[in-house]
Amino acid sequence: MTSAVPAFATRKLVKTYGEGHTAVHALRGVDLEIPKGEIAVLLGPSGSGKSTLLNILGGLDRASGGEALFLGSDLCLMSDRELTRYRRDHVGFVFQFYNLMPSLTARENVELVTEIASDPMSPDEALELVGLRERAHHFPSQLSGGEQQRVAIARAVAKRPTVLFCDEPTGALDSKTGQSVLQVISDINVKAGATVLIVTHAAATGAMADRVIHFADGAIREITVNDERRKASEIHW
Amino acid sequence: MAPFDRKLFRDLWRMKGQTAAIAAVIAVGVLLLVMMSGLMNSLEETKRAYFERYRLADIFVSLTRAPERTVQRIAELPGVALAEARIIGSALVDIEGEDLPIRAQAVSLPQFGGQKLNVVHLASGRMPDRTRPEEILLLTAFANAHGLKPGDGFSATMNGARHRFTIAGLAGSPEFLYTTAPGEMIPDDSRFAVLWLNHDAMAAAFDMKGAFNEVVVGLSRGASAKSVMAAADRILDRFGGRGAYGVEEQASNRFVSEEIKQLRRTGTMVPPIFLAVAAFLLYIVILRMVQAEREEIGLVKAFGYTDLETGWHYFKFVLIVAIVGALSGCLLGILAGRAMVGVYLQYFKFPFLVFKVDPASFAIGMATSIAAASAGSLFVLRKVFALTPATAMRPPSPTDFSRLAIMPAWMRRWLDQPARMVVRRMLREPVRMAGAVVGVAAGMALSVSMLLVFNGFDRTVDVSFNVMDRSDLTVTFTHPQGMKVLHELASIEGVLEAEPVRIVSVEFRNGLSAYRSAVFGITPSPRLNRVLDTSLARIELPENGVVLGKGLARILGISPGDSIVLDVKEGARPVLEMPVTGVAETLMGSPAYMDMEALNRAIGEPRRVSAAYLRVDSAQTNRIYARLKELPGVAGVSVKANAQAAFQRQMDEGAGAVRYVMALIAGIITFGIVYNTARIGYSERARDLAGLRVIGFTRAETAFVLLGELAIVILVALPAGALAGTYLNRLMVAGFSNDLYQVPQVHTPESYGVAAVAVIAAALVSGWLVKREMDRADLVAVLKTRD
Repeated sequence: MTSAVPAFATRKLVKTYGEGHTAVHALRGVDLEIPKGEIAVLLGPSGSGKSTLLNILGGLDRASGGEALFLGSDLCLMSDRELTRYRRDHVGFVFQFYNLMPSLTARENVELVTEIASDPMSPDEALELVGLRERAHHFPSQLSGGEQQRVAIARAVAKRPTVLFCDEPTGALDSKTGQSVLQVISDINVKAGATVLIVTHAAATGAMADRVIHFADGAIREITVNDERRKASEIHW
Repeated sequence: MAPFDRKLFRDLWRMKGQTAAIAAVIAVGVLLLVMMSGLMNSLEETKRAYFERYRLADIFVSLTRAPERTVQRIAELPGVALAEARIIGSALVDIEGEDLPIRAQAVSLPQFGGQKLNVVHLASGRMPDRTRPEEILLLTAFANAHGLKPGDGFSATMNGARHRFTIAGLAGSPEFLYTTAPGEMIPDDSRFAVLWLNHDAMAAAFDMKGAFNEVVVGLSRGASAKSVMAAADRILDRFGGRGAYGVEEQASNRFVSEEIKQLRRTGTMVPPIFLAVAAFLLYIVILRMVQAEREEIGLVKAFGYTDLETGWHYFKFVLIVAIVGALSGCLLGILAGRAMVGVYLQYFKFPFLVFKVDPASFAIGMATSIAAASAGSLFVLRKVFALTPATAMRPPSPTDFSRLAIMPAWMRRWLDQPARMVVRRMLREPVRMAGAVVGVAAGMALSVSMLLVFNGFDRTVDVSFNVMDRSDLTVTFTHPQGMKVLHELASIEGVLEAEPVRIVSVEFRNGLSAYRSAVFGITPSPRLNRVLDTSLARIELPENGVVLGKGLARILGISPGDSIVLDVKEGARPVLEMPVTGVAETLMGSPAYMDMEALNRAIGEPRRVSAAYLRVDSAQTNRIYARLKELPGVAGVSVKANAQAAFQRQMDEGAGAVRYVMALIAGIITFGIVYNTARIGYSERARDLAGLRVIGFTRAETAFVLLGELAIVILVALPAGALAGTYLNRLMVAGFSNDLYQVPQVHTPESYGVAAVAVIAAALVSGWLVKREMDRADLVAVLKTRD
């Protein structure tokens, strides 16, 4: 296994906001490897640096030092244009507040991505994956929170992303809806082979992952590797 | 400081760019209000004080010649407080180094005692010594223009004889507040002089011993000017009286009154436009603020703040912007007014003119700014009242676009997702879209109408000086001359063409409207000074009938086919009734035209000319000027190029200069509206746009979603603004036109083009500024905030 190039590898990754006395050290030298095809859950209290790491790996933010390699290429060395390209071709995002375009229907929100991706699935196929095919022509205002999040997931996976980033994907949802959303994410990992990174407060989510990374004070405190992944429906929080 | 107030000031600071822009718009509106009402106030007050102190006469009558005792009869008329006889005449001043003879008006000082009416005020020097006929007073402005001072001398030709004068003092008088050479409209200090001579010197020069040729009358309080004028006309009729006219027709008084009227008109028309724009912008800013702060609003309400307390907080924001704007407007208005006073002093020769602010204008400016600003925001405050803490603190549900699900098939085929976002958002909020379109169209309309006014001014100059008048010089005579003078002029070496004109002063009457002006008798096929219709085609002058200038037709409310009464004030002084056969394009003054011989026959003075137009060889002008100086009977020579330059100067520096200020303001408003539209569009959708960037849209693709909307707003607003501008221009040219000149309504395509380019440029710059902001936005931070 170690011979294969990991999806992500970081070395002495540092992120500092501000300078001097007011400097905040969000990441204090993170070393990490996430193999391809895994589900990794990043756990930790607020401000522990997990979202910062996700943003850097997702090409939304830049590190202050160290390396962040995606399939061997250093994201820290990429230009703005290359980062856009990276997000466009490889990355799917799911956010706590869905961030759907209110003026587009569910299907059109997915099409927003399939129109610019190089090898997308059909929008209907993506909606099928999240079980929302029959609601394709509804606008976000006509969908429940869980449904909106599933559309967001469909939008994220429709481009067949290499990696799927989920920042508190169940944060705004009740537990039952949250379970179904996590199940969808898990299914996509299995069916599409996408590497999945989930940032969450909910420790129980770790049970569905291959690897659980515990964050505290901008550094990794512990990494646990699960021998067996639980189904989302078995998770409670 | 209460925490709420601290928040208020931080909000103001955070939005300083936008709030400063709005305060500036308010300030400009108030500035114009304060400046114009102050100028109006100052001119009116100064005029009143000046006319009263130096006793401008109420009635003027000029005549051919009457024995001195006649004035006693006028003084005894009921209602007459004072009557003063005097001698006036024209003179040609010869200043060393000036090729051209300069026209002057000579006025006699009383034989005994001081002046009772139209009193002169000395600026320097002293009154002429009665025993020294060569001593005179000279108009201060003319003296300054030529660097003359008391003690200097010059010669002048009066009634064909050359005299040498010494300047005793420099002076002004209320009747020469605004001085133009006879037949010219625009003052040119260096080209027209007034000389006050001792009575005996005047009488000797003009052969008026024991006689006078003008009487000025001061009325007693409550007297009827009309009956005094009628009585005076009866007495002076047999002495060649040219008809009495009241102070309201006196040239200086008329020009200053016209200026005051125009200030009043612009002062009431223009500031409201600015205040309306400010109200619109404030409305949008406050709306946006309340939407962004719904959580905070809910929170403070949950703490127990009342609706009124919460609403008051946002209202204070509006009040501060309005008050800061209005206060700076008042201050700037005073400064601008003081600066404008200097401009006015160049044209109106008041001995003093102090800019006095009209205190009411402060109050009005303040009150209307606050009212306008509040009007827009009160609508928004209703939303603050309506928010309950519970709804406010829940994240807002996505805006409902479901009603717009039906999109025609062709639209679906042609529009990709970003384009659909643009279209749906516009359809979703048609009112806001319309607001943006109206705003940008208003800016476009202002720009278009101002540019059309510019072109109107240019056309006035071009048509008057190049198309209608193709002469180089105009020679006016002291008295009507026989035709042979024309041959004399034509025989001067270097004169290429000479064309006669007969100018007769007339009171035009149509029912109750009357207007004193002049009829120009024109030769049958004029080449140098032509009568043209509004499409600039030549008008044939009829054997019987009169063609009115556009301005005169408007004043009298007459159109072709009507008949008009001409009360001729010269020659046999007939009262003629004749048909109006046409309306001519006249952009300066308010003249009328007749066939020259028909006019001469009507007044019983056949084959007489008052002036001649000359076309000359420009290489020989000096010789021509020298010859003209020697020619007897010449009252003056005016050079068209000088008159054109003076007109252009007046347009650029005087009242006409306001148009530059207004054009600048139109530009600023247009940019302000366009920029705000783009800016607000961005802040409303920062999150959506950041979302697109995260998904992998490039900056350009994301900018399309934002700026596509702006582009559509601009595309709709351009034609709408062009149309509105055309109508606005109609109002503006009416506002800019007066007795002095008419600004025609022109529709030059390039004006529309330039305005459109300006709006598009404003849009491009705004788009660029907003896009820059979007590019700099922290994607993560934007996405984490709940909208």
